[in-house]
Amino acid sequence: MHSIPSVRTYVLVWLTLTIMTFVTFYISTIDLGEWNIVVALLIAFFKMMLVILFFMNVKAESPLTKLFAGAGFFWMVLLLGQVAIDYISRSWMPAGKMW
Amino acid sequence: MEQQFESATLGMWVFLLTEIMFFGGMFCAYMIYRSTYPAAFASTSQHMNPLWGAINTAVLIVSSLSMALAVRAARLGQTRALQILLLVTIFFGMCFLGVKAIEYHEHWVDNKVPISVPGLGSHWDYSEAPQYARQAQILFCFYFFMTGFHALHMVIGIGLMLTIFYMASKGTFSRSYFAPVEISGLYWHFVDIVWIFLFPLLYLIGHTKNLI
Repeated sequence: MHSIPSVRTYVLVWLTLTIMTFVTFYISTIDLGEWNIVVALLIAFFKMMLVILFFMNVKAESPLTKLFAGAGFFWMVLLLGQVAIDYISRSWMPAGKMW
Repeated sequence: MEQQFESATLGMWVFLLTEIMFFGGMFCAYMIYRSTYPAAFASTSQHMNPLWGAINTAVLIVSSLSMALAVRAARLGQTRALQILLLVTIFFGMCFLGVKAIEYHEHWVDNKVPISVPGLGSHWDYSEAPQYARQAQILFCFYFFMTGFHALHMVIGIGLMLTIFYMASKGTFSRSYFAPVEISGLYWHFVDIVWIFLFPLLYLIGHTKNLI
């Protein structure tokens, strides 16, 4: 059977997630121009990784489960990446400021 | 048993992959429209209340913690702790839906609902920034569809938790059998992750810039 993570680990992850929520809220009040969206999404990505690795316990799962979880990422990267490349390369989007 | 448990987890991940595709399509469409009409979309952030969004994010994260602890209790065979933690999870899930209902009501009063329901008249008015009115309508459609489907997932999640609670009270789970708790937990955390992305995308972008 899998090793069972301690309550302490879960509480620490929860604390980090809550702090990151405040951080992302605070940063959004500062005008960083186009970097606001980049920072917000990086923080969201970090929070997602914490939830997947610890709360969903993928860290301790079998390689096959890890592969399936990773396939989700791969799909999203393909979907968003390819569509974005298509739109950008056809100049359908306004030039310059993206966000 | 170990192999059975692993197949259950794997099967749940396959289901979650289909869920990623479901929400992924909406995120993708959102990305295209957001980058096509950046100013109009940013102007709509003025009508979102980021504080409600942040509170709801915190509420969901607490519910995810209690869910993770519930799964841990199930693994240790602590049925009583499992039941209490499930109730805590359900409670915070309900809190989330309550806040969401308050927000929807605010949008309704604020005339930011881009559909007209027969008999109720139009609840759409964007006269404060008429140059963005049409594109803002697109964003509010995204907003209601994405948060609406997310809320639907929350309702289903709460139903799942009630089922697990019932099963636990029947004494179904033990140290050697807790797969249903585990995979329902995976579902709950997935719904949490969707919100983790919805929050910055719908509430936080450009909400401090005075675009109107």
